[in-house]
Amino acid sequence: MAKDCIIDIRHLSKSFGGVKVLDDINFYVRRGEFVTLLGPSGCGKTTLLRQIAGFIAPDEGCIMLEGNDISGIPPYKRPLNTVFQRYALFPHLDVFDNIAFGLKLSKLPQEEIEARVKKMLKLVSMTDYEDRSVESLSGGQQQRVAIARALVNYPKVLLLDEPLAALDLKMRKDMQIELKEIHRKMGTTFIYVTHDQEEALTLSDTIVVLNEGRIQQIGTPIDIYNEPRNSFVADFIGESNILDGQMIRDRRVAFIGHEFDCVDEGFGEDVPVDVVVRPEDIYFTAEPSRCQFRAKVNSCIFKGVHYEMWVDTDSGYELMIQDYDPYPAGTGVMLYIDPDDIQVMHKERTCNVFPGTVKGEGKVEFLGAEFEAATDGFAEGDEVNVTVGFNGVDLLDHQDEGKLSGEVHFLLYKGNHYHLTVKTDDGDRIWVDTNDIWDKGDLVGIDLKPGAIKLSRRDD
Amino acid sequence: MIKRSYWSLPYVIFMMVFVVLPLVLIVMYALQDGSGHFTLANVTRFFTDSDSLSTFALSIEVAIENSLICILLGYPAAWILANRELNRSAVTVMLFIMPMWINALMRTLATAELFNMLGFTLGKGTLLFGMVYDYIPFMIYPIYNTLTKMDKSYAEAAEDLGATPWKVFWKVTVPLSMPGVMSGVLMVFMPTVSTFAISEFLTNNKIKLFGTIIQENINSSMWNYGAALAFIMLVIIGITSLFNDSTQESAEGGLI
Repeated sequence: MAKDCIIDIRHLSKSFGGVKVLDDINFYVRRGEFVTLLGPSGCGKTTLLRQIAGFIAPDEGCIMLEGNDISGIPPYKRPLNTVFQRYALFPHLDVFDNIAFGLKLSKLPQEEIEARVKKMLKLVSMTDYEDRSVESLSGGQQQRVAIARALVNYPKVLLLDEPLAALDLKMRKDMQIELKEIHRKMGTTFIYVTHDQEEALTLSDTIVVLNEGRIQQIGTPIDIYNEPRNSFVADFIGESNILDGQMIRDRRVAFIGHEFDCVDEGFGEDVPVDVVVRPEDIYFTAEPSRCQFRAKVNSCIFKGVHYEMWVDTDSGYELMIQDYDPYPAGTGVMLYIDPDDIQVMHKERTCNVFPGTVKGEGKVEFLGAEFEAATDGFAEGDEVNVTVGFNGVDLLDHQDEGKLSGEVHFLLYKGNHYHLTVKTDDGDRIWVDTNDIWDKGDLVGIDLKPGAIKLSRRDD
Repeated sequence: MIKRSYWSLPYVIFMMVFVVLPLVLIVMYALQDGSGHFTLANVTRFFTDSDSLSTFALSIEVAIENSLICILLGYPAAWILANRELNRSAVTVMLFIMPMWINALMRTLATAELFNMLGFTLGKGTLLFGMVYDYIPFMIYPIYNTLTKMDKSYAEAAEDLGATPWKVFWKVTVPLSMPGVMSGVLMVFMPTVSTFAISEFLTNNKIKLFGTIIQENINSSMWNYGAALAFIMLVIIGITSLFNDSTQESAEGGLI
């Protein structure tokens, strides 16, 4: 761990009503750093921030501030301040009294309070607004007052909970620049929560990507964008083509029916992997010698800075490409990808594995239901591992048609099929490859193809 | 097709007959003498009659005392009811509101009987007890309403800025719940001034309030003077509710 570490979070876990919201969170923040907790809604990022602020007590783990555990200390004793999502400016106080609130509580002399409030108002470009009532201010102005109110106490760390979420796009962009400027001028450590990946990339020194209560990746914006560690991060940050691939050997990977040179090593030989190629990293070429694969442009949309094109490759995959030059739909094109731009990732799993129990000849119980399977070599009552391929799952339109029912929880387009995460009613997860189009949140019936269920002994 | 505004006709008629007409009658009676001639004598009589004036002063005094006691007892009650950690069920709130559903007269009679049984002398003390007993739900409910609707992030922001729970209460919760308190005062203060049943039963008519003298005048067929007193009462209510208008908005939500 770095020497200049100011906040160190160790093994932090939190459950609400039996649901794990945060699961073994570990990271540290360096003094003066701008750290962003990034993730989709419900990933636990706000819970994490509120634990640092002290509004929620962790179930397990601790939060160290400059080497001291502060988990048990109430919020009013923590030398941290928060900028709240909806600002939470006191409506019964004017701008000056809002900003001076913390200083008055710490009984500073009146002259110093005035000097510090004035300095803060200047920092957030709100000079001459002292006597205004907070309700007469615009969203952006309220935001500035909220930042000033928190920063005026010179907190060791400033916590910001989606502070720009309520502003419109233009204002948000301006405030991002100003926030960055304030961070630079004050030198305070910022911990910033957002679900906006672009905001995170713009502002942060370090990004902590969270999903479902777990840290997915920690890194600089450039690391996170160029080298996502798993398909969730690749999908969440920016646009990407995420594809199933096969590592042939070091520096050689196969995907979309072709082999490519890459820069990744150490995966082994003939290992299934996930491959990420950013849409701006697939290049058009007119020279047959450079062409790695051919495709036909399917659609071409102007997006402002660039054109976004979907192409059908000669091997039947769909890819997204961004380029400054448009190729009209129907055009045959030659394409290549630089070895540097191919990001190879370990597959998180290659099939579904569930714990189960043999219930008799040809019957096995898992996921809370009984299924038919070949049980040769197993006796009734045997505890087994049940393996089901991603292709062995059928999704049905109606929840009551299947043996199990669930909800489409997450989906990834993999060029020629969708890879879905389906959460059953009991909270188990089943991963499915399908050509059918589903949306997130769709309620589905789930059936398993009898031939797809394979049993193996469980080694305890 | 009938114009949609005609739909309101039944309500307009109802309001005319049962609200506007009686008010007009009160004003007419107040400004007439016994034989139907226009006069201001009824109104001036009130301002020159020391008995009426002292009754009025006493009414205001009792109303102020009642309001203060209701705030002192009602605020903590509302705060506890609105606090999720101290009160998790809506039933407790109902228990506090329920007395409002029982006829005030009946409650007052029962209270008087209780005092008689226990051998208390009826007087100002019992009067105030009855008043507080009758009106405290009207204080608790609007305060409870503002407290439950209050955005929790204000208290959190204050705590975040270094305020102890005690300071959070005094510097944020109390100031932000003032609309509820004002609305409670409005609902306790004026009804106290005009009440007559409570003072009649709980003091054996020893203490007369403004409402009592209106009732006495009407009962003894002194319609014109009674109407004048009622008119004065109306003007005061009008003024206080105007004064309170701005604070009402955030505490609205009515009484169940």
